[in-house]
Amino acid sequence: MRVEMRHIYKSFGPVRALQDVSLTVEAGTIHGLLGENGAGKTTLMKILSGYLRPDRGEILLNGEPVRFASPADGLRYGIGMLHQDPLDFPTMSVLDNFMMGCENGFWLDRQRARRALQELARLFGFDLDPEARVDRMTVGERQQLELLRLLRQGIRVLILDEPTTGISAPQRAQLFDTLRRLAREGKTVIFVTHKLEEIEELCHRVTVLRQGRLAGEAAPPYSPRRLIEMMFGRSLSKPERRPALPGEPVLQIQNLIAGDYRLRLGRVNLTVRSGEIIGLAGMEGSGQHLLMRVCAGLIRPWEGCICVRGRDLTGKPYCAFLDAGVLFVPANRLEEGLISGLTLTEHFQLVYPTGGYLINWERARAEAQRRIQEFNIRGEPETMVEALSGGNQQRAMLALIRKPVHLLLLEHPTRGLDVESSMWIWQQLKEQAQQGAALMVISSDLQELLEYCDRIIVFFGGQVSEPMNAEELTTDQLAQMIAGYGWRG
Amino acid sequence: MRCKEALLPHIRSSRWIEFGIQSLSVLMALLFTTLVLVMAGAPPLEAYRQMLEGAFGSLKRMTDVLATWAPLIMVTSGLLLTFTAGLWNVGVEGQIMLGAIAATGVIRALQETGLPPFVILILAMVAGMAGGAAWAGLVGLLKIYTGIHEIFGGLGLNFLATTLILWLIFGPWKRPGIASMSGTEPFPEHLWLPVLPGLRLSPWTLILALSSIVVVYVLLMNTHFGLRLKAIGKNIRAAHRLGVPTSRYMFLALLGCGAIAGLVGALQVTATYHRLIHAISSGYGYMGLLVGMLANYRVLWSVLVAFFFAALNIGGIQLMVTLRLDSTLSGVMQGALVLFVLLAQGSQARWKPTLIPESRDDA
Ligand SMILES: Nc1ncnc2c1ncn2[C@@H]1O[C@H](COP(=O)(O)OP(=O)(O)OP(=O)(O)O)[C@@H](O)[C@H]1O
Ligand SMILES: [Mg+2]
Repeated sequence: MRVEMRHIYKSFGPVRALQDVSLTVEAGTIHGLLGENGAGKTTLMKILSGYLRPDRGEILLNGEPVRFASPADGLRYGIGMLHQDPLDFPTMSVLDNFMMGCENGFWLDRQRARRALQELARLFGFDLDPEARVDRMTVGERQQLELLRLLRQGIRVLILDEPTTGISAPQRAQLFDTLRRLAREGKTVIFVTHKLEEIEELCHRVTVLRQGRLAGEAAPPYSPRRLIEMMFGRSLSKPERRPALPGEPVLQIQNLIAGDYRLRLGRVNLTVRSGEIIGLAGMEGSGQHLLMRVCAGLIRPWEGCICVRGRDLTGKPYCAFLDAGVLFVPANRLEEGLISGLTLTEHFQLVYPTGGYLINWERARAEAQRRIQEFNIRGEPETMVEALSGGNQQRAMLALIRKPVHLLLLEHPTRGLDVESSMWIWQQLKEQAQQGAALMVISSDLQELLEYCDRIIVFFGGQVSEPMNAEELTTDQLAQMIAGYGWRG
Repeated sequence: MRCKEALLPHIRSSRWIEFGIQSLSVLMALLFTTLVLVMAGAPPLEAYRQMLEGAFGSLKRMTDVLATWAPLIMVTSGLLLTFTAGLWNVGVEGQIMLGAIAATGVIRALQETGLPPFVILILAMVAGMAGGAAWAGLVGLLKIYTGIHEIFGGLGLNFLATTLILWLIFGPWKRPGIASMSGTEPFPEHLWLPVLPGLRLSPWTLILALSSIVVVYVLLMNTHFGLRLKAIGKNIRAAHRLGVPTSRYMFLALLGCGAIAGLVGALQVTATYHRLIHAISSGYGYMGLLVGMLANYRVLWSVLVAFFFAALNIGGIQLMVTLRLDSTLSGVMQGALVLFVLLAQGSQARWKPTLIPESRDDA
């Protein structure tokens, strides 16, 4: 189906999210949508899928003007969107979520749905347990589930809003194959991303947005420099690599075994020193998130012990970890990270209370304003966090890191961030390391891990590799290990 | 969590739109009640006139409205603490009853001693607060340590409190000779909370009501305590991660609500009934839940809504006297109001897809 959006305008109060944006996507192609954080990509795609109504402008499908009153309308025309933040029902099972919106009639046919789910999952090489509860799954797995659900609903236009940010390299390759196949079958794919490599690898054409306006279009062969200029209005240079000088051990893990209902992680022996950044790589659900949460004090290990700066914290409550200067920044920003319905000022007051029992809101606002500037967040003190763009939510989470911090644990800190913001975030992390913190970072972007981390450990099905020096590794080696090659026993 | 989100609306639209929608639902409720009146064969306009007359026709009636409003707004303001923390404290009824029991116990124990009456009364109030807080604390402990949802814990404890009162009335505290539903032996008159001459309103009740509004308002709007409760109510998992001691604060919110509810129970005993009866709570607990929901969990709106409910209750009595209509009409009206307001809030969320919260919280 050929999709056309003409002269779209959209404002949120004073924020002009989109101004005169037009987009044409031919049937059977993969079209990239590129832009920095807050450029308006998600907004544009939500308009196309019926989640938002434009203030002005029209949408044409195969030349016919259409109007959507709701996402259900969008689906009826065959437009489905895979959201940046998964919109599923966390306390229900995979199968229930899968059936949501697919089943017609009154009676549920669980057997048929289960077969369909397994069939689709096999086709795409996804490993999903139909009975697992969705809130125990990783962001990447939830995206896979959403994707399958949309395909089952028979969509003809598939919108993916930054789908690769939570998944590992092999899973990404798999996803790309799938998308290519869907395009060959005549489906229209719109692919929202920040990553230039993905555009180069996948897209037949790309549209770039900058600050709510159309910045330009391009077709292969792409010039990365041109694209970056279109995205930011200028070119960027990467910071140089500086080797860390590791100091005292901050985190010591001995003989640790942990697990949840489907994965056993262990045994882990690991020492992380002050000033060091450890990268955690692995396919989604290989144990890296589990280890992170054990280190954060959110999950108790089955065996073994965890010491932070010489203090044994095994089995202690989460607040003991907080007091010891351990800080965890999760990947699902609006579930564990930030509190929807609270403003930025209120968030800062939660973490850095000013004054005694009473809150001086004027001072609190000034304080929030200062932090907003320091962390370069595009928003006001009164902005509700859910109204921030993904990148700005990430910045807000970094701004909420309590000082002093000795061990900083981050899940996908640059997930969904544009090149410039990612560089900025890594610079902040490096600064934390230089100030003496030890860092552990999960990322699915191997390039990024190799570039910024000092040592890397790889997870595979609950097994943990020895820490490896990042400078002596290549992306290929890493990708192999993640996929399960080169493991002893 | 999704279900809780639907129940505790935190969709923010402009205040005026919200106000307009709320007023519209009041109109719809009026329309509905009119229909009921017509079907019951009563002249609707006359009925409304009688209700107004019944609520505001004389100084006595107006103060009666205030005497109903005061305990109702106290319970509601206590409930706003728990609502803010995302808790459905339906156990508030039982907390009122326990307050009443504790206050009665103190008065019965001390009425023979020579202590000055005001000391006994103050001790009774304090005991009431402690009783209510303890009962709420039980709800909290059940929730925190055994994971029993506060709705079920609360309902169970309400049942237990009713049973406890009945046992006391018919057992240890029964009137000499006759054990009956009419309750315990009335206290000596010097242990009644003083009321305005010739009226049923006690200035003390009014003062306590006003202070509970102020305290809860300041707590919720201007303190770290209130902000933390709000954070817990909106997303307990994220609040926990950000370092808010969630269990402790939920417990504190319950204790606060329980203390205020217990105080209401003590007032019911000392200012209204002067003894313990089995219907001592007068249903203020459940009514307070309705008021809180109707006021969209806002302190200042609750003041107005509670006043409206109180006027309906008192005005309804007049209907029974003059038009021989059942006074439950005010109940019909209150119920209709709540339903229409919830309906309006629901449809508001439906018609405005842009307001659908993008995120989900968790359980
Ligand atoms: N519901 C909303 N209310 C108010 N402002 C909003 C809302 N949604 C988005 N915005 C604003 O609109 C602008 C565009 O946001 P959008 O989410 O489309 O950006 P994006 O390109 O998807 O960014 P990212 O890459 O960070 O996801 C941002 O400035 C954002 O703050
Ligand atoms: Mg986006």
